[in-house]
Order: sequence, then structure tokens, then C-alpha cells
Amino acid sequence: MIRSRMTRRVLLAGATALALGSALGSVQAQTWPSRPITVIVPWGAGGGTDATARMIASILEKQLGQPVPVVNRTGGSGAVGHQAIASADPDGYTIGIATLEIGTMHHQGLTPLTHEAYAPIGLYNSDPAALFVRSDSPYKSVKELLDAVKASADRRFKASGSAQGGVNHLALAGMLKAAGIPVTRVAWVPSEGAAPGLQDLAADGVQIATASLPEAAALISAGRIRPLAIFAPKRDEVMKDVPTFKEASGFDWSIGSWRGIVAPKGTPADVVVRLQAEIGKVVTNPQYLEFMKSKGYATGWTPGDGFRAFMVESDKGLGTTLAEVGLKK
Amino acid sequence: MDAFFLAFTMVFNLETMLIIIAASLFGLFVGAVPGLSATMALALLVPMTFFMEPIPALAAMVTTSAMAIFAGDIPGCLLRMPGTAASAAYTDEAYAMSRNGQADTALGSGLVFSAVGGLFGTAVLIVAAPVLAEFALNFTSFEYFWLILLGITCAIVISSDRPLKGAIMLVAGFLIASIGMNNPAAFPRFTGGNTDLLGGIGFLPMLIGMFAASEVLRSALDRSPKATIVDQPIHNVFKGMWALTVKYPVQILRGSTLGTIVGALPGAGSDIAAWMSYALSKKFSKEPEKFGTGHVEGIIESGAANNSALAGAWIPALVFGIPGDTLTAIVIGVLYMKNLNPGPTLFTNNPQNMYAIYILFIFANLIMIPLGWATIKVAKKLLNVRREILLPIILLACIVGTFGMNNSAFDVGIMLVAGVVAYILEENDFPVAPAILGVVLGPMLEENFVKSMIKADGEFAFFFARPVAGILGILTLMVWTYPLLRMIWRRRSARGKAA
Repeated sequence: MIRSRMTRRVLLAGATALALGSALGSVQAQTWPSRPITVIVPWGAGGGTDATARMIASILEKQLGQPVPVVNRTGGSGAVGHQAIASADPDGYTIGIATLEIGTMHHQGLTPLTHEAYAPIGLYNSDPAALFVRSDSPYKSVKELLDAVKASADRRFKASGSAQGGVNHLALAGMLKAAGIPVTRVAWVPSEGAAPGLQDLAADGVQIATASLPEAAALISAGRIRPLAIFAPKRDEVMKDVPTFKEASGFDWSIGSWRGIVAPKGTPADVVVRLQAEIGKVVTNPQYLEFMKSKGYATGWTPGDGFRAFMVESDKGLGTTLAEVGLKK
Repeated sequence: MDAFFLAFTMVFNLETMLIIIAASLFGLFVGAVPGLSATMALALLVPMTFFMEPIPALAAMVTTSAMAIFAGDIPGCLLRMPGTAASAAYTDEAYAMSRNGQADTALGSGLVFSAVGGLFGTAVLIVAAPVLAEFALNFTSFEYFWLILLGITCAIVISSDRPLKGAIMLVAGFLIASIGMNNPAAFPRFTGGNTDLLGGIGFLPMLIGMFAASEVLRSALDRSPKATIVDQPIHNVFKGMWALTVKYPVQILRGSTLGTIVGALPGAGSDIAAWMSYALSKKFSKEPEKFGTGHVEGIIESGAANNSALAGAWIPALVFGIPGDTLTAIVIGVLYMKNLNPGPTLFTNNPQNMYAIYILFIFANLIMIPLGWATIKVAKKLLNVRREILLPIILLACIVGTFGMNNSAFDVGIMLVAGVVAYILEENDFPVAPAILGVVLGPMLEENFVKSMIKADGEFAFFFARPVAGILGILTLMVWTYPLLRMIWRRRSARGKAA
């Protein structure tokens, strides 16, 4: 249909471009990387995904001798950036960070996109979510907060920390569900990532926020916000005084975000293998490990098929949670 | 202090220094050639900054814009054609001075007081920005909503003598920005099923088209005869500058202050600062009758104003992400690309980057003096550059640069379409600056509105519940209703007199 509307000149130009493109393509496989490699981050600058992506990019840049610019493609609860990775040319010059949301967005009917649109390179991080209030908040513990929420009118409490249906929204919804409070009791204010959500908490825009501990580190040390609990089976190794949600409330609930590197499906297999090897090297680089430790991010490396299996599992689990909290479409 | 030292090493290293020198020469050249604007210089720089580290990228932007604004004085003085819009206010005056045999003094005062104004604006930036940032840490979506709305309103009211056309262009900017899925609900809007449009219209390709490609078109279609250069030897441009400083201290201070303030207001930049300062200088001068006959007073005041406006415009851009003029609208695009998202956290999380920006501003205004002096020396050759050679090179730079950023032919298409559309609009007296402001601020306005409405459970009264938000809101409504109130007031007083 579209073709019929094209003029001959456009068609001719298109054909020339195509011929040029395919000629370039065959050369690329052998000479990769011969130009900059863009890393697409589906979340805002300043958040955890962005910070880790930039660290990896800067080391990768030195290893490959090519610039590795990081591009933030935010919006659409992560759908825009994840879509941008999937629809980039599969030539090995665009890769991206996939996050937990790739397993939630399609359950919510935001996009048909799933992890199947990618060639998995490797999973490098997974961090549990935590619960925060402002430093001058009257609620000193999870119990006090939950009691107040239970007794309050619907939507009196507002919370933020991620997009609608994002990991931090699920963390809050799952917490309410576990404590036997209707999920609709707390209104969710969508934000373009953890950083603006936490900033909104610090500025008294919302009363509750959920995010991972490292993402909140700057505001915690500035004395503006306070962590109440961490949604994990174990306490954090750095902030040991923050109780787990189970210890603090008696209810069991844990959830965490994860981050992995993916390439668009159809990226030449030899380039994917090369990327797995190169990034596998990045994640053992002392500079990287020190950075991750100093920021409190967990480290690890599950390449290729292992990462695929992990994404399949995560997708299933998130679908169940979303259905339970009534966000599944 | 550690951060300050770090900032110093970030600026004073070989790579950054080379980039600063290259950017200076580029800015001086573009500024000195009539018909090529400072905005165009920055737009052409964007693709190059894509491959630079953040601080060198900012260094390139800061020096290029400062140099271009100064160099715009040169053709004004020698050809009676302003090199950039910022010099237009006093072009006739400077040309009259050249005809009177005072080209040295006209060029010299343009150079020296540009640097002085630039340094003044930088000082205000250094003092005011961190204080404002500390304050802005307590801003929520309510405050941002009103602040953006107030900024947009100011941009239309101040920046143009055609508020209606400005408003139309602003809304056109909103419309362009709403294309794609970049909205709080992630709903694809106006994409017509095209996947390229899901991510929206690329901001940087659009910028390059609007400010560089469109100017190539305009210059190419310009059939006005070539102006002749005033034939006069140029000797020592610095002669008598100290005497002028002693004679006109009030003018220098007033020009710099007004320039910084006008620069900091959204939508109004160097050109408006220069016009306002020139008018003010004439109004308060002891010898207003000399203005227009080749009198240096107005050149000093407005020359200081247009360069101080540059630094002033960075204040709201860095603290709130609201551009003070079109130059900073481009800078904001580059800041996002470089992970230096504007906002109060820029000051708390990475103070070294802020210090580096301050150092860059000071340094750029200092090296302006020797480099500007050299440019004046070769000015006559520069002014003879042939348009038919220059224009194809610029167009080529637009196309290659746009393609290079994302390797996307779609982006090149956007750039070319934006260029043609901007040219047609400007030829019909529609200002394009409000459109770019609309593209930057539209999504911010929408996001903060949606967040605020959720927090307020749909009650609009909540938009006035927090003290700062309330004040900003009332201020905005006052600016909106001012023409209406004035009309009612006039009718009343007219009726009172009749009775």
C-alpha cells in the first residue's frame, strides 16, 4: 500500500540506500566495531539503570577503541526505550539495557513487545526494592505506616518511584496486598524513574516512595529521606540496619528490579558472541566492580541462554503478581 | 574544594583546550559573516558534541556562543550589516562611527565591553544558580507546572512584538512534541502507525533544520547586492578603552545587569537585551541628541548587555531545565544527551560539573580579548568570504551531522523538512523561537500537569495549596488577565470622567 504511493524517484533513492546498506552490512560482520556503538537506556538519566549502563559503556569504550554513547529514551513506562532497542538495526551498533519491565508491559497491554524481540547478551545486576518516607514523616516503622494506610481514606496516601506498573509500583502494590490492604488505597503518581520519584518524596509531593537502596543513597545521606524496609529475604550488606519487610511487618513480600544487556533480534550471531565476551570482560573489571560496590549495586553475570531462561521465569512471575494486584489486562 | 580542583583538571587539559580554541575560531567566523547566526553556529556544533565527553562538549557550546555574539559587531561596524541578531540594535551607530573615522573605538569597545558584560553575567550565574538550586530542591510537580507555564507566558509576552503569532508557534511546538509515545500514558499519538514516529520527532535534527538549514535557504535566496566595506585602516583597537570605562561606569553596570536579567527570562535572549539596553542608554544619557550620529555610549551599554545575557540564560536552563533563549534550548538538548540532566540535583550530585561550567564561562570571556583582536585584524578578508562556497558547505554539514548522530535517514528527512518549514514561517513573520521552546517545555508541562492532577485527585484548587506553587500560580494568572483587567480599568475610569 505504501509502496504504491511512492514516486519513482523515492523508490530509486530507497533502492540505492538499500544496496548501500547491504553492502555495508557484509563488511560489518568482519570489522565490527568500526564505528560508535549506541547503548539505549529506557529510563531517565540519574537512575540506577542509567548509572550502571554508563559505567559499562565507559569501560567498553576503552576495550573496543570506539565511542559508546549512552542514549536515554524515556517515556511510555519504559515502552519507548525497549521498543527503540527492538526496532534498531540489528547490526551490532545499537544495544540496550532491558529491565524487569520487559516482563510487565505486555501483561498490562502497553505494548506487544516481549523479551523475544531481543538477542540476550547477559544479565549483570538485580537489586531489591525498598520502602521510603521523608525524614520528618511521623511514621517511624513499617508497622506504623501500614496501620495509618489501613485506617486512611482511599487515595489519601500518594506514592511514587516508577512508571505505572513499573517495578517500584509493583513493590508497593504487592506490599499492600501482602498486608491485606486494598491495592487501590494508595494512589500511584507515575514518574520517569526512581530519581524524580524520590525527589518528589523529598519535596513533600508524595508521602511514600519505593526504589532500590542504591538509587536513594544520595538523598538518604543528605538526611532528606528514610528507608523503612527492604523487600528482600535478606538484609542489605551495606545498609545493615534496614530491616527486611518480613522482619518489620511479619508479612512476606520480596521483589527486585533486574538489568541486562540485549541486542535487537537478528543481530549477527558472531557479533552477539563478541559482545557477550567483551561485556563479560567488563563485568569483571576492577573499576566496574568497585563502582558497583561503592553504589551498593549487586553484581553478577548470566550470559546468553541463561539470561533467556531467567527472562522467561521473570515474565511468568510478574504476570502472576500483576494479575493479583489487578493491573493485568 | 576537591570538586573545584577536579573541575579545574576537567577544563585545563589538552583535549578541552584544543576544542576551546577550535570552537572560538568557529564562533568568531560564524559571528563575523553576515547572515550566519550564533544559533546556527550552535546547531551545527550539536552533531560534533555527540562524540565528545560532557565537559569538552559544554566548552564548545559556551565558547562558540560567546565568540559569535561578539563577532557579530564586526560586520555591523564595517558593512552596516549585523553579523548576528544581537548586534542589530547598534549597527547603525557603529557604522556611523566607522564613517567618522572611529572604527578603532567602535570595534574596541564592542570587544572589551562584550568581555566585561560576559564576566558580569558569569558572576551572577555563579552566585545565583546554587542558591536557586537549593530552593528548587523543594519543588514538586505543582511548582514546576506553574513555573513552566509562567516561563512560556513570559516568552510570548516579552520576546515578540507579535504575541499572537508567537502563541501560534508555541502551540505548534507543543503539537510536534506530542507526536509519539513520550507521554505519561505511553499512548502513541499522531504516529499514523509509523514506527519511526513512535519515539517522536527527534529534537536535535529538528533544531539543525530550523536554525541551520533554514538560514542556508534564506542566504541563498537573498538577492540584495553585496555591501561595500568601509575602507579605513584599523590600528590599535584597545586605545582609549580605559578612559571609556572611567567615563561610562554606570552604563556598563546597567547594561550588564539588564542583559543578565533579560537573558534569564525564558524566551528573551541577547538580541532583545541589546535593543532594550540601547533604548535605555539613550533615555538616560546626558547627550541623547548624539545617539545615531556615531556615539560610543550606546554601543558600550548594549554591547555589554548582549554578552551578559548569554550567561544569564544559563541560570534557568541549569536550575529548572527551562531555556532562557534559543541558544540554551540547544544546550539543554546537549545536556540531556550528556547525562547532565538540568535540575537542582545537577548541583548536589556532581558539583565538579557546575564548577567546570563556571570556569569555562570565565575562561571564554577572557580569551575573547586576544582572539577577538586577531579576528578584527583579519576582518576585511573574512567579510569577503563568498556565499556560494560557504552555503553548500553548511548544508553538507547539516546533512552529514544529522545522519551521523543516529545513522538514521529518517532524521535527515526531519531536518530538511524542518528547515524548509522554518524558512517559510520566518519569511511570513512567524517567529520560530517560541516553537522550539514549545518542543522543550510542552512534554514537561504535560508530565507535571498529569502528576499534579493525580496528587490532587482531580481537584484543581490543589494547584494553589502549596505556598510557592500558589504564588507562582497567581502570578501566572495575573500576567494572563492583565490586558483584560487594564481594559476594564480604562473603561471604568473613562465612564467615571464622563459622569
